[in-house]
Amino acid sequence: MALRHFGAAAAVAIAVGITASPALAVTEIQWWHAMTGANNDVIVKLANDFNASQSDYKVVPTYKGSYPDTMNAGIAAFRAGNAPHIMQVFEVGTATMMAATGAVKPVYKLMADAGEKFDPKNYLSAITGYYSTSKGEMLSFPFNSSSTVMWVNLDELKKVNAEIPKTWPEVFEVAKKLHDNGHPTCGFSNSWVTWVNLEQLSAWHNVPLASKANGLDGFDTKLEFNAPLQVKHLEKLVELQKDKTYDYAGRTNQGEGRFTSGECAIYLTSSAFFGNVKAQAKFNFTAAPMPYYPDVKGAPQNSIIGGASLWVMGGKSADEYKGVAKFLTFLSDTDRQVYIHKASGYLPITKAAYEKAKAEGFYKDQPYLETPLLELTNKEPTENSRGLRLGNMVQLRDVWAEEIELALAGKKTAKQALDASVERGNTMLRQFEKTAVK
Amino acid sequence: MQKQAIFQSKLLPYALVAPQLAIVLIFFYWPALQAVIQSFLLQDAFGLSTSFIWFENYTELLSDPAYFETIVRTFLFSFAIAASSLSVALLLAVMADKPMRGGAIYRTLLIWPYAVAPPVVGVLWVFMLHPSLGVLSRYLRAAGIEWNPLLDGNQAATLVILAAAWKQISYNFLFFLAGLAAIPKSVLEAAAIDGARPMRRFWTVTFPLLSPTIFFLLVVNIVYAFFDTFGIIDTMTRGGPGKSTETLVYKVYNDGLIGGNLGSSAAQSVILMVMVIVLTGIQFRFVERKVTY
Repeated sequence: MALRHFGAAAAVAIAVGITASPALAVTEIQWWHAMTGANNDVIVKLANDFNASQSDYKVVPTYKGSYPDTMNAGIAAFRAGNAPHIMQVFEVGTATMMAATGAVKPVYKLMADAGEKFDPKNYLSAITGYYSTSKGEMLSFPFNSSSTVMWVNLDELKKVNAEIPKTWPEVFEVAKKLHDNGHPTCGFSNSWVTWVNLEQLSAWHNVPLASKANGLDGFDTKLEFNAPLQVKHLEKLVELQKDKTYDYAGRTNQGEGRFTSGECAIYLTSSAFFGNVKAQAKFNFTAAPMPYYPDVKGAPQNSIIGGASLWVMGGKSADEYKGVAKFLTFLSDTDRQVYIHKASGYLPITKAAYEKAKAEGFYKDQPYLETPLLELTNKEPTENSRGLRLGNMVQLRDVWAEEIELALAGKKTAKQALDASVERGNTMLRQFEKTAVK
Repeated sequence: MQKQAIFQSKLLPYALVAPQLAIVLIFFYWPALQAVIQSFLLQDAFGLSTSFIWFENYTELLSDPAYFETIVRTFLFSFAIAASSLSVALLLAVMADKPMRGGAIYRTLLIWPYAVAPPVVGVLWVFMLHPSLGVLSRYLRAAGIEWNPLLDGNQAATLVILAAAWKQISYNFLFFLAGLAAIPKSVLEAAAIDGARPMRRFWTVTFPLLSPTIFFLLVVNIVYAFFDTFGIIDTMTRGGPGKSTETLVYKVYNDGLIGGNLGSSAAQSVILMVMVIVLTGIQFRFVERKVTY
C-alpha cells in the first residue's frame, strides 16, 4: 500500500515537473479507469481532444487494472486522502459508491455548482436511470453501457433449419436440435450467469429481483428472486445441463470463446462482446433480443444495463470541479457520443446521439448493434426494470453463482439454491445496511 | 568455559540488529497490529463510518458453519499439496541423484517450474484442463471421464491441488538434491557391504539422514499451501464451483477487497495468523523430536 502511494506520488511529482514550466497554471484532473485495448485508446483520445480544446484543464487518464481493482485502488486512495477526481466504477459498484456520502460528489450537484448547462432529459433514461436517485437526480455519469443480447451463429442455425428463436421455449427447442446435430457439448450457453439468468431475466419479465424497486428506493431492500419465474427458468437449465443442451460456462465472461470458436451456436452475453465476435468469428452472426417466456404477461418489458459509469470523488476544490463539469459536458456532445458508440461498441447515452447514429444509417449494415438499444427502450421502465442498487453486489453475485453452480451440479434443487441465494444475500444486505452512512 | 563477547561496545550489537528489527516492526508487527485493531471495528469500505463492536466480527465468523468448512478444506488442501509435492520431489531427486548421462540437464529442467509465478501456473493449468479448450480434457473425455471442473467441485479441487503441488515440486526437489548430496557415500557403501538392498538402504539410511530437510520442507510447504496458493486459486477457479476451492486466504481477500467488509476480513487474518503460529509451534515441538540432525 505504502509503495503504491509512493508510486502515485512519484508519478504526480514527475508530471508536475514536466507541466509546471509555462507560467499558466493548468489544473490537472485525474481520471482512473479500467479500459484495455481499443477502449483504452478511446479514453486516451477523449482526454487528448479535451486537453487540446481548452487550456485551463488537463485530464490525465490512468489505467488501474480490472473493474474491481480500479474501484479498490480508488477506495484505498480515498482512505489515504488522495483520491482521483474521476473514477470509472462498474455498475454493480453503484450502491457502494452511492452509500459513501461525502466520498463522492453527485453529478447533478457538480453540474449545478459549476454552472454547467445540464438537462437530464437529454439522456436515455434507460441508461441514466440505473445511476440516478428515485427522484431522477443523476449521481454518476454513464460512460460505457451495454446490455444482454443473444448472440447467434447463423450458419449453424441454418444447418439445422432453425429460425432465430424469440422465446425461451423456442431456444430450448433449437438448442436440442443443435445438440443432436454437431454440438454435443453445448446447445446454448451464457456468460455472467447471474446477470443473465437472474437480473436481466427478472427485469425483462417485469418481476422484482429485490423489494424497494430493486434497492433503488432504499438500502433496506430484500431479495425476492426465489419466485416461480426464476425457479422455473433455473429448473429448465438444470434439466438441460444433464445432457449439455445447456452447458454452464463460468461466472464471468471467460466462456465467451465458446461462441466465437463455434462450439456454442447460441450464447447470451453482453452486447460489448461485439468487438471480439467481429474479430474472431469465422461465420455469419447476429445479436438477437433476449428470449422471454410467452406465458408471462407483459413480457418482454425492458432490459437493464451493464458496464460502468464515471463517479466524481469528493473533497476537491471548486476550480477542479469546474474542470470536471466541463469535461462531462464535453463527453455529452452528440458527435463525441456517436464516436464513442462506433469506436467501442458501447451504447450512446444521449437521445440526440442515438438519433444521429440512426440517421447516418449506422444500424443498416449492422442491425445487431441496435439490438441492445431496442431492448433498453422497449417499454417505459418500471420499478422492476429501472436498475439495481444492492450493496456488496460483487460478492452477492458470487454467492448467487455458488448456489446456481450447486443446482447445476445436481447437489441442490433449483428452488433450494435460489432460496439459499436469497437468504445468504439478505444477510449480506443487512450487513451492508449497518455500515452504510445514513 | 563461557565464550567471551567479542563486541567491545554494548550498543554495537543492538545497532547491528536494528535494521532487521526495523524491517520486522514495520512490515510485520505494524500491519499485524492494524489487523487486530481493524478486527474489532465495523466500518464501511471508505472508512467514513466506524464503530467499535468488540468481538462481533469473531462471533459472527465462528457461528458460521461455512467458515468451519473453509477451515477444514484449507487443511485438507495443505496436506494434499504438501504430501504430493514432497513425495514426487523426493522420488525425482533420488532418481536425478544417480550418476547418469545428461543429469545436469534433467536437474535444470526439473527446477524450472519454480521460476513460474503462481497466477501463471493457474493460467497454464486452466488452459490444459479447460472443459472446452483444454488439450488434456479432450483426452480425459476420450477416456470416458466426464471432465467439468466448472461444475464438479471435486474435480476443481483436484485441479487446484495438482497445479499448486506441481509448482512446489521444483523447490522441494532442489532441497532434496542438496540433502542427498550431503549424505556421506561411506555410510551407504557400508550398508551395501552389509547386504542391504537399495530399498532398504533408502528407508534405513537415506531417509533418516534426510529428515531435517524433510522437516524443513514440510513447514515451508504447509505455509506455502496456506498463503501462496492464492494466485493459483484466483486465476483458476475464484473459489468455485460452489465454495469447493475457497481456502481461508482466498476468503480473506474476497470478503475484504471484493466484499468491502474489512472488519470480518481482518478478524479472519488474525485467526489465520494464530493458526499458522500454532501449527508451526506444533511442528517444531513434536515433529522435530523425531528428526535426526
